[in-house]
Amino acid sequence: MKAVARAHPLWLAYILHRISGIGLALFLPFHFWVLSLALNNAAQLDAFLTLSDLFLVKLAETGLVFLLAVHMFGGLRLMALEWLPWSPSQKTWAAAATSGAFFISIIFLMQAI
Amino acid sequence: MSEREIISVTVQRGGPEAPQYPQVFEVPAFESQTVLDVVSWIQQNADPTLTYRFACRVGMCGSCAMMVNGVPRWTCRTHVNKVLKGGKIEIGPLRNLPVIKDLAADMDPFFDKWVAAEGRHHPTLSRDDAIAEIDPEQPARVEASLGIECINCSICYSACDTVAGDSDYLGPAALQRAWTLYNDGKDADKDAILDAVSGKGGCHSCHSMGSCTAYCPNGLDPLSAIAGLKRATTQRFFRGRAK
Ligand code: HEM
Ligand code: SF4
Ligand code: SF4
Ligand code: FES
Repeated sequence: MKAVARAHPLWLAYILHRISGIGLALFLPFHFWVLSLALNNAAQLDAFLTLSDLFLVKLAETGLVFLLAVHMFGGLRLMALEWLPWSPSQKTWAAAATSGAFFISIIFLMQAI
Repeated sequence: MSEREIISVTVQRGGPEAPQYPQVFEVPAFESQTVLDVVSWIQQNADPTLTYRFACRVGMCGSCAMMVNGVPRWTCRTHVNKVLKGGKIEIGPLRNLPVIKDLAADMDPFFDKWVAAEGRHHPTLSRDDAIAEIDPEQPARVEASLGIECINCSICYSACDTVAGDSDYLGPAALQRAWTLYNDGKDADKDAILDAVSGKGGCHSCHSMGSCTAYCPNGLDPLSAIAGLKRATTQRFFRGRAK
């Protein structure tokens, strides 16, 4: 028999949230270990930071920042969905306002750096 | 006259008493044919031993739900031409429930959880009292009214992946029923309802993936009802029980 059809937006948001959460849980210990090098072993940290110039490493890091962003917004979305008894149109307006504000602030940030 | 078109229908057969296997039937297409019509045609013309369940044929009784191409649907109101994929359909018993035989799923766990979620009326008055008036516009009543058209079809229960992963989870329909009663001005035991839905397998097990709301044939929204229970149980946790 066929697999169950699940491809609707809320389910996709749910699976994205779970995968990004697991990805973060796997990555964060490593991330903190690298940070700890700054205190314990500066030379090794420098060696690692040189490595981070590599394209592949950059790509991986971008992916991890993406995971955090996805998980954070996914989590905020869930908390809003469950804790704020809003009507569907209120939710649409809130999502539009948030993404609009986020977009403007990112452009601002990119111009600043 | 042209040849009648033929639909290739794969039906899941068997159950605990016989091995389960898919069986293919060739069913003539008719105009405005529903999936239930297809199943009935097979039972009446091809194999009288095919077991399935229906009663009202008009989307009222909630007994005809099956998996159709992997989606839980009320078969009496699902038109074949809406679900036909390349001249084929796959029909199976509802997911997340034990199979009795062929297309008939055992609904007992579904209804047992309905009771476990305190989905029953706790009266405020007796038959000797005058009937209390309820304002239909009052916010709590509006919230309760959103959930009362549930036909107990178990489609949401079959759609829910949390049910699939946790046999204790009460499921969307039972929890929505609890939320309806919680908002019912004529229900006297809100604490019993919140107790029933806040334990293991209760409303906090729901991950808001929304398959219940996406597939409910009556357009109900168990996802939001469960979110309501999450808020109500949490508020009670911080504010304490009503005395
Ligand atoms: C950035 C702020 C964060 C927010 C707002 C957030 C929010 C949430 C929420 C609301 C859930 C519940 C999801 C559900 O019920 O299905 C959740 C689940 C989860 N989070 Fe986060 N989280 C954050 C950061 C993190 C971090 C840093 C990690 C990594 C250690 C993490 C790992 C997980 C995992 C593994 C789950 C389980 C996924 C699931 O149940 O589907 N989260 N998060
Ligand atoms: S929203 Fe909750 S009840 Fe509905 S399908 Fe998802 S986990 Fe199940
Ligand atoms: S909530 Fe909808 S899908 Fe679930 S049992 Fe009731 S009518 Fe069926
Ligand atoms: S037969 Fe009653 S709902 Fe389909």
